Amino acid sequence: MTSLSLELTIGILKIFSFVVPVLVSVALLVYLERKVLGAVQLRKGPNVVGPFGILQSFADVLKLLTKENLLPSSSNKFLFIFAPMLTLILSLIAWAVIPISSTYVIANINIGILYLFAVSSFGVYGVIIAGWASNSKYPFLGALRSAAQMISYEVSIGFVIITVLICVGSLNLIDIVESQKNMWFAIPLLPMFVIFIISALAETNRLPFDLPEDEATLVAGFFTEYSSISFGLFFLAEYANMILMSSLTVILFLGGWYPPIDIFPLNAIPGIFWFVIKVFLILFVFLWVRATFPRYRYDQLMRLGWKIFLPFTLIWVVITSAFLFYFGLLPN
Amino acid sequence: MTTLIKYIKSFTLFELMKGLKLTITYFFKPKVTLNYPNQKGPISPRFRGEHALRRYPNGEERCIACKLCEAVCPAQAITIEAEPKPDGSRRTTRYDIDMTKCIYCGLCEEACPVDAIVEGPNFEYATETREELLYDKEKLLRNGDIWEKQISENLKRDSKYR
Repeated sequence: MTSLSLELTIGILKIFSFVVPVLVSVALLVYLERKVLGAVQLRKGPNVVGPFGILQSFADVLKLLTKENLLPSSSNKFLFIFAPMLTLILSLIAWAVIPISSTYVIANINIGILYLFAVSSFGVYGVIIAGWASNSKYPFLGALRSAAQMISYEVSIGFVIITVLICVGSLNLIDIVESQKNMWFAIPLLPMFVIFIISALAETNRLPFDLPEDEATLVAGFFTEYSSISFGLFFLAEYANMILMSSLTVILFLGGWYPPIDIFPLNAIPGIFWFVIKVFLILFVFLWVRATFPRYRYDQLMRLGWKIFLPFTLIWVVITSAFLFYFGLLPN
Repeated sequence: MTTLIKYIKSFTLFELMKGLKLTITYFFKPKVTLNYPNQKGPISPRFRGEHALRRYPNGEERCIACKLCEAVCPAQAITIEAEPKPDGSRRTTRYDIDMTKCIYCGLCEEACPVDAIVEGPNFEYATETREELLYDKEKLLRNGDIWEKQISENLKRDSKYR
């Protein structure tokens, strides 16, 4: 075997070693969500398919796969089919730069965070295309809402990321995690951490910010017209995005693969374990929030984004950089 | 001062944290779900479920074809035809209940002078076709034979309140 094809094989295997666990954890997350929501409402949640109902989401996927894929006669056929693919692809290619441990990452590029930010901004295209191609009023309204919402909250996410970058002095995700070896950024930058989690909820269209797919007013929002596996792809992409945003939170604020305290029995456990534990902890917070809060009204959502989060993060960027500059703590 | 407290509360997400605390306590509470086909909830002795025609202990039908149930039925779900038997007693030749019309009001069992038609404790008789829900006399008597033990017990338990 030539060295090029060997490298290619290793690369493909590496990609699969990311994509397969992500898709499996999507299935687990859907199961976990139903269990958590059930528990909060004093129900048991799915408990019939497999032990403790853990195979429920696989059964649901099988059901979706066997159903007929309906194409609305007035839709733009190509874009209608293309939109869910785009959404899923975008939520999966972001994993190319996520470091699971200090050595294990598909592409260790030095603008990793910029790449992630770009890819997650692209996510809105899938939603807009889906809403437009359906040629129906509810999906269209859902797409408009989604576009406005994602843009508003990306601004504050951008400022939060800038604060972290000022503290680190690098755009490389591995460098960002390694600078948190002694102190996680969640402690000195606590307000930014909270704002990032809330913005991540809005960015992934989760409750209490799930206006693009608001059942009460828009039937199902931008995927109202979708059925079968094209609906399944949107579903998959939404949950893959949730996992992506929570691993981004872990990388930026919770010290990636580092244990909570650097003492013997804890730092002997491989870093990937800590990474997964932290990601699922953040995901649990997502589900917990969903079980607790009612949905925002649309104008309230916009006001929160533009009139509270934007000035707040902007001021905090100035405060942080002034603090670091005054005490000479700025990274070179 | 109150405005200051209001600002502190809203910036520390005080109310939101209170809500989250409440849901997490519910998260750990014991669950109230019944695993239905395996576990079933309690049923009152007055429960009005599937109909049954009862017999006397010697095997004779209780129904004397007085047609009071047919007359009282508000949904007109009951159809009765009768003729005298060789020994001179009145007996039904036809006793049909259209279960798709029945509203389970229980007036037929109230009206019955001999406790022949009753609504038993069974509620799991869903069918795949509509025709199976048009019960005839044979089906009703068979129900009576199957559920007699529970029906008589329920009638005994409920008798002091009637």
